Amino acid sequence: MVEHFKVRTIDLATAPLRDLNAELHRQSAEAHEPMWEILNPRGAHAIAVGVDQPLAIEIRGSVGYYCGGMNKQASITVHGSAGPGVAENMMSGRVVVKGDASQYAGATGRGGLLVIEGNSSSRCGISMKGIDIVVKGNIGHMSAFMAQSGSLVVLGDAGDALGDSIYEAKLYVRGNVKSLGADCIEKEMRAEHHEQLDALLKNAGVDGVSTREFKRYGSARRLYNFNIDNVDSY
Amino acid sequence: MCGIVGLFLKDALLEPQLGRLVQTMLATMCERGPDSAGFAIYGAAAAGMTKLTLQSATPDKDFAGLAADLSLAAGGECELSIRSTHAVLQVPDGSLDSVRCKLKSKHPGIRVMSAGDCIEIYKEVGNPTEVAARFDLGSMTGSHAVGHTRMATESAVTTLGAHPFSTGPDQCLVHNGSLSNHNSLRRELKRCGMTFETENDSEVAAAYLTARMQQGMNLGEALQKSLGELDGFFNFVVGTKTGFGVVRDPIACKPAVMAEADSWVAFGSEYRALVDLPGIEAARVWEPEPATVYFWER
Repeated sequence: MVEHFKVRTIDLATAPLRDLNAELHRQSAEAHEPMWEILNPRGAHAIAVGVDQPLAIEIRGSVGYYCGGMNKQASITVHGSAGPGVAENMMSGRVVVKGDASQYAGATGRGGLLVIEGNSSSRCGISMKGIDIVVKGNIGHMSAFMAQSGSLVVLGDAGDALGDSIYEAKLYVRGNVKSLGADCIEKEMRAEHHEQLDALLKNAGVDGVSTREFKRYGSARRLYNFNIDNVDSY
Repeated sequence: MCGIVGLFLKDALLEPQLGRLVQTMLATMCERGPDSAGFAIYGAAAAGMTKLTLQSATPDKDFAGLAADLSLAAGGECELSIRSTHAVLQVPDGSLDSVRCKLKSKHPGIRVMSAGDCIEIYKEVGNPTEVAARFDLGSMTGSHAVGHTRMATESAVTTLGAHPFSTGPDQCLVHNGSLSNHNSLRRELKRCGMTFETENDSEVAAAYLTARMQQGMNLGEALQKSLGELDGFFNFVVGTKTGFGVVRDPIACKPAVMAEADSWVAFGSEYRALVDLPGIEAARVWEPEPATVYFWER
């Protein structure tokens, strides 16, 4: 059986933002409108934050702070650029930004996939805790700062201090890295890493790029492991 | 927080609309700085005249008969046009020092907000939309303008603590952030002859750039130099008679968006500030890089 769903269109030029988010939060297994289109976002903050249903949400234009924050299950596409904190603390689902993203994209994210088709500025993936982030352009300075788990894939270049104070997140960069942060080092690309990266690229819709073009970076594990020789210092 | 907007027109045909465009931009940044607001606007120069923007807490009393009184000191006719608590005083070229002197000695309730050929600065405590309406920003015309909505962190919420700050002829600066070495810099700048009206960190940044330009640097060079000598968080947007510049500190945690179209260049703390500009859909929109000077001149 093929179900035909009607797309629910909300125009933020006339509808209040709170009403939009309340409608998205009202969605449940019983009251389920799976397809949404949001018009005239005009850089508004907190669009489609806290969604917890498998909805497809198309946002036609650029958004401000925290779009798709705390997302669970939903697939959100921004047909424009995103302000600071896009997909911050995402739990699952997928957020795609067709343009650029401002600072701390995907910060503290716990799961799901964030795809930035343009560039992402400073602090991309800061304190990431399991989210996967694929940036087709470049990323700014202090990206993956204190990144704990998950993967950050960058097809372009990375700015200063990549992966400073990193824990166990995996960083794959195809272009140049301006500098590595404290305790972040280049690591060998083993078969399992090629396999993981290949899956991430496929999932993000990247074609024609070989995993052999990437270098892997991660933690040297000298900073966050307690060293018994230092016990007298405490 | 604080909000910044800036618009620099490349096409003179847009000049009649400058005030209206900037008023719309400023209104979007109210939540970022609800305690006070201000703007600098660069209008047409009048031949043979220098413009001062004056401010008074008691304008009815202070501005009455002021033009006639100052004309004597200026040795030529002065013109005064009042807008709420502010007034633009036009004085004959060359009489600026004697007019300033007379204002200081005989009109202690009047503050000079700016001086130059083109610049006018208006700023007050209050909701930014109301502040802009009080001065009728929407009706103003000119080549470029810089606006600010303030959420005070480093000094008191007063008219003089609002932005923009002007510390040199036709110069202005607005700031989002906070400087940590402003006290030591203020002492050094005072030794170089700069004077200060407030304890505000942003005024120090303005005076710093003025001092560097007095030493012969252009605005772009002065901004470049500031990156090594100002410590703290900053997005600066600055105006000169013919120029418009932007710089962010190397950490760049204060938000910034720029856009450039054929007929204008614009700055906003957020993209929201830019959405009503003509041709924004086709404009190049980008986040300015940290520790990088952007500078336009016409």
